[in-house]
Amino acid sequence: MRKTHSLTFLLASVTLALAGGVTLYSCLSHSDATHVDVVDYNFHIRPIFSDKCFKCHGPDANERQADLRLDTKEGLYQSLKDHPDQMVISPGEPKQSELYKRIMTQDSADIMPPPDANLNLTALEKKLISKWIDQGAEYKEHWSFTPPQKTALPQIKDSEWAQNDIDYFILQKLGVQRLSANPPADRTQLLKRVSFDLTGLPPSIKMQEAFYHDHDENAYEKVVDELLSSPAYGERMALHWLDVARYADSHGYQDDGLRTMWPWRDWVIHAFNENYPYDKFLTWQLAGDLLPDPDKEMLLATGFNRNHKITQEGGVIDEEYRIEYVTDRTNTFGKAFLGMTFECAKCHDHKYDPISQKEYFRAFAFFDQVPEKGIVGVIDASFADPPKMEISNEDIASVLHFVNKPDTNLLEVMIMHDSSGIRATRVLDRGVYDNPTDTVFPQMPKSIMPYDTSRFAPNRLGLAQWLLDENNPLTARVFANRMWQEIFGRGLVKTSGDYGMQGDLPSHPQLLDWLAVDFRDSGWDIKQLIKTIVMSATYRQSAQVSDKKLTADPDNIWLSRAPRIRLPAENIRDHVLVSAGLLHQEIGGPSVKPYEPGDIWGTATSGRGLLMNYIQDHGNQLYRRGMYTFVKRTIPPPTMLVFDSSNRDQCEVQRLRTNTPLQALAMMNDETVLEAARVFAEKLIAEKSTVSEKIAIAFQSIICRPIEEPEKTLLKEYYQEELNHFQTEPELAVKFISAGEIKNADQVDSLEVAALMQIIHTIYNMEEAITKS
Amino acid sequence: MSNEFIKHKLNVNRRHFLGKLGLGVGSVALGSLMVPDLFKGRSDTESKIPVGLAHFAPKAKRIIYLFQNGAPSQLESFDYKPKLRELFGQDLPPSVRAGQRLTGMTSGQSKFPMVGSKFDFHQYGQSGTWVSDLFPHTASIVDDICVIKSVHTEAINHDPALTFIQTGAQVGNRPSMGAWLSYGLGSENKNLPSFCVLLSRGPGNGQGVYSKLWTNGFLDSVHQGIQFSSGEDPIMHLNNPPGTDKASRRRMLDRLAVLNNRNHQEFGDPEIQAKIQQYEMAYRMQTAVPELTDLSREPEHIVKMYGSESLVPGTYAANCLLARKLSEAGVRFVQLYHQGWDQHGNLVGEMAQQAKDVDRPTAALIKDLKQRNLLDETLVIWGGEFGRTNYCQGKLTEENYGRDHHPRCYSMWMAGGGVKPGVSYGETDELGYNIVKDPVHIHDLHATIMHLMGLDHKRLTYKHLGRRYRLTDVFGDLVPGIMA
Repeated sequence: MRKTHSLTFLLASVTLALAGGVTLYSCLSHSDATHVDVVDYNFHIRPIFSDKCFKCHGPDANERQADLRLDTKEGLYQSLKDHPDQMVISPGEPKQSELYKRIMTQDSADIMPPPDANLNLTALEKKLISKWIDQGAEYKEHWSFTPPQKTALPQIKDSEWAQNDIDYFILQKLGVQRLSANPPADRTQLLKRVSFDLTGLPPSIKMQEAFYHDHDENAYEKVVDELLSSPAYGERMALHWLDVARYADSHGYQDDGLRTMWPWRDWVIHAFNENYPYDKFLTWQLAGDLLPDPDKEMLLATGFNRNHKITQEGGVIDEEYRIEYVTDRTNTFGKAFLGMTFECAKCHDHKYDPISQKEYFRAFAFFDQVPEKGIVGVIDASFADPPKMEISNEDIASVLHFVNKPDTNLLEVMIMHDSSGIRATRVLDRGVYDNPTDTVFPQMPKSIMPYDTSRFAPNRLGLAQWLLDENNPLTARVFANRMWQEIFGRGLVKTSGDYGMQGDLPSHPQLLDWLAVDFRDSGWDIKQLIKTIVMSATYRQSAQVSDKKLTADPDNIWLSRAPRIRLPAENIRDHVLVSAGLLHQEIGGPSVKPYEPGDIWGTATSGRGLLMNYIQDHGNQLYRRGMYTFVKRTIPPPTMLVFDSSNRDQCEVQRLRTNTPLQALAMMNDETVLEAARVFAEKLIAEKSTVSEKIAIAFQSIICRPIEEPEKTLLKEYYQEELNHFQTEPELAVKFISAGEIKNADQVDSLEVAALMQIIHTIYNMEEAITKS
Repeated sequence: MSNEFIKHKLNVNRRHFLGKLGLGVGSVALGSLMVPDLFKGRSDTESKIPVGLAHFAPKAKRIIYLFQNGAPSQLESFDYKPKLRELFGQDLPPSVRAGQRLTGMTSGQSKFPMVGSKFDFHQYGQSGTWVSDLFPHTASIVDDICVIKSVHTEAINHDPALTFIQTGAQVGNRPSMGAWLSYGLGSENKNLPSFCVLLSRGPGNGQGVYSKLWTNGFLDSVHQGIQFSSGEDPIMHLNNPPGTDKASRRRMLDRLAVLNNRNHQEFGDPEIQAKIQQYEMAYRMQTAVPELTDLSREPEHIVKMYGSESLVPGTYAANCLLARKLSEAGVRFVQLYHQGWDQHGNLVGEMAQQAKDVDRPTAALIKDLKQRNLLDETLVIWGGEFGRTNYCQGKLTEENYGRDHHPRCYSMWMAGGGVKPGVSYGETDELGYNIVKDPVHIHDLHATIMHLMGLDHKRLTYKHLGRRYRLTDVFGDLVPGIMA
């Protein structure tokens, strides 16, 4: 059934064979409509209408042209307002359908979309629309607004390969694509992969050797369990959540003063390590303060909603910025928990999704009762704006034992608090703070799930319960998909922040639903969800890619292989430090300032506040995990940004993944990498072993597999060459091994150290070093 | 075979790309900076090549944006208002203010006493353009520039206003203008980034800058502005570490390529080949960038033009000279930020110093581009994020005063590629408070700048989380009156 296609586009070609219902992926543009047996509104037609028509014929009532909407059933089957004898769509009769006529006409006055829209329908899209009308033009509700259902596992041929239920869904799709899964990855690759995925750290040589030699059939599961119970698991899981929660260590505007929200970050790590179920994790963050008799831990969790930027720019208008903060909370809520682009409905009705502007402000109303100000005062005078909470040493000794408070200074964090009825929420015309119109009350868009006020209180606690209701179509899907994304590098719904009309359709809708329902039914057990994913054969297959697979599925949508993914920025740093034995393993506490090239803040600062200059830390604080690096929002850590870290400006659910020369420069010339190579070399030179053995140990620590003979030969020759080089120019060796603040080791030959350091530095720079294979 | 695959990808894109740019054979060795998404395997872009290539013939190929950070007063630079001197100390009539909101810094003032420029104005050039005495060198280039006196914006505070003029939105996280142009047009130089950022600070009251101003936003990170620094490393991590020379770096790269190729044979992942190429590009940058940033070899007459400060790295003068060199080398967008223009008080003293700091090098840049026949294809932009009030903030005396933020009108100028030279465009009322003729909104300015670069601002879009974004949001009209 596969259609040969031009290589020019290099996108996934889509095979449109159908096996019992809708199994299509959205990427239709390079296929052929004649291969679609049954055209489906959700999977074929709505994406076209949404992208090309909804802007003028969609949910936004103010922009709607000709009183025609194509996003509802009523709209599709009505007659034209101006020509009651003409039907928008006449099912079964394309030629009697005005919509069809208008997209097919050559008349520039009539054609849709109109020329000035800069949007065109492709021949394929026209063909699909025609075929859909011909087949009866059946309308369906948007897939993501229907609650997920577990379906029976698909029938597959190769059930030998499958390790758990996930694999049935993957195999079935692979069959449709005429692709086959890869054989299992070898143990070295698998261990490195699962270790980074579950802890963000590489497996030690000891752990590697133990796993390679464990012939127990549960060897892999034992490793998984060990990693899941490591404290580093919580750190790894928290990293993604910090992006979602736009966590940072500064206020984010203008002078960009210091803030103290790291105790909240310590709580997130704690919550993952204690495996708080997602319902508790979510409820405490959204509404911990509204629970009966909340303790300080519950209050601390609500810091989630105070992580937004706050201005300290003298002269701003108070209400303008207070509205900004409530807006940020509302938008973050939409994206983080529902995967919806709420922000599009602040100034006008949403152009694509059924969220009206009024509904936006009803959602806004949940976050509008905070007794806060747009601007509190001067920078750094107060690290935490009200409402806030003090964390005393007694709290640390009891309920907040996980907060890593290093000294006895006063510690205050921002939290949420509602003063009921302090203000009426008004719809803001065009979203502008000084244009209030109608008063609204807390509600959620009914298209997602009606907010039944007899069941849900009109406050954030009710909102949390609404999210967790079994009929909520999005909550479980969104979180399960995001965990999948964090492990496979791309979600089953690729647009993990947009489940609306413009979002991508799921590549494996039944699998997504299976995961979502299973997750919810497990009592929202996050560790179990993660474990299920990494125990699958899909996860455990090799990452090798043949030319055939690369051509057929360059983006690896169908998972005929494991993905090869470069490590996240923070984990690259972790890897470099831990493999050299430099990592200072301490959880939490105030964020730290490691080596950066010079005073990265000073050149751009206004010259005011505690953060005007970058004052680098020393000692242990230079060797903390990447996630503890201080984030000053207006100048985020530049070396991290080079590797696509989040700037924490707004809620971010998906990082870009790029490959640039600046990354090469960072790996080659950054002080952290050089110092790690030097310290590692000194350690190895001091050991009684041959050069080959030293190289082998460095290689296995960094690449996470035993070195192969050709590699060993090459690096040994390279070592000799560098040793000769440094012998001729010993002053270069002295300079080279000066990297970093750790004192040079005594009683080692500096020329040997320099040569070995060069070898180790080269190993760090191998593509494989910072890649999961 | 995978190599074939990459080559194919490369060629398809190159053909498209070169064809559209009309570049010659010599450009064929361009690397992935130019064809940014070449190796990404990312399919969330709408097409694999930038979408905005040469919508029509460009008037300018490159931009140098001399951003005057903090908002220089239009009333002491280009917008001559003799009436304000007559009305010294009189309260601004509410009918003129007409509901304009005030910043928190002056909203507590009971009076808004008007004050004219302490500095005299004269007319210069064939065009007779008005310029204050603070800018004698700028006065000598007025026939090459187009002064726009009717720019207006939406925000009244620095952070949102800066973010707005740089990214087209106040909210942050949207791609900067330079990133959009890099995305739309790529780079002309295989060894340099297409969007470079240079920072400097003058003597006046300053406001910070933020890396969100030169962010790539949701575009690929190859489009982010690369900050140049005046320190030893002109670009972060550019220099080899102490004890590593060029030859030893080469030895390392050669070994690395062998090791990486072995891995490629095992996995077949094109990203591995891309990585090898990125290391080679980095290596080339290590030579190309220091050669460019080394100003010590500039001839004496050039140094004289820009002023002796141009030999002091990190000054505005040095950055102007460096901007010319980068632009000459094909950098698409060179963005300067010069801090120190926020004169809430002591305007007379501060602005004089601040103007002195920028006046000579700015004019030198225009003259230098002109003598190299580059001005025709380079668009130079000068201006801040908003204007300043015609009334005094704080204490008004005969000798001194301050001015608060004013979004309703301010002056900028543009010169070079496609701009009408020797023109003053737009007018404000005699009190310098409201625009009376030819207003130019920031979105209009953006639309026009893109147009001069050969891009249709309505068509250079990027789809992100369900929506097509563009620099001008859903606004922006061209300003024909400033285009040649």
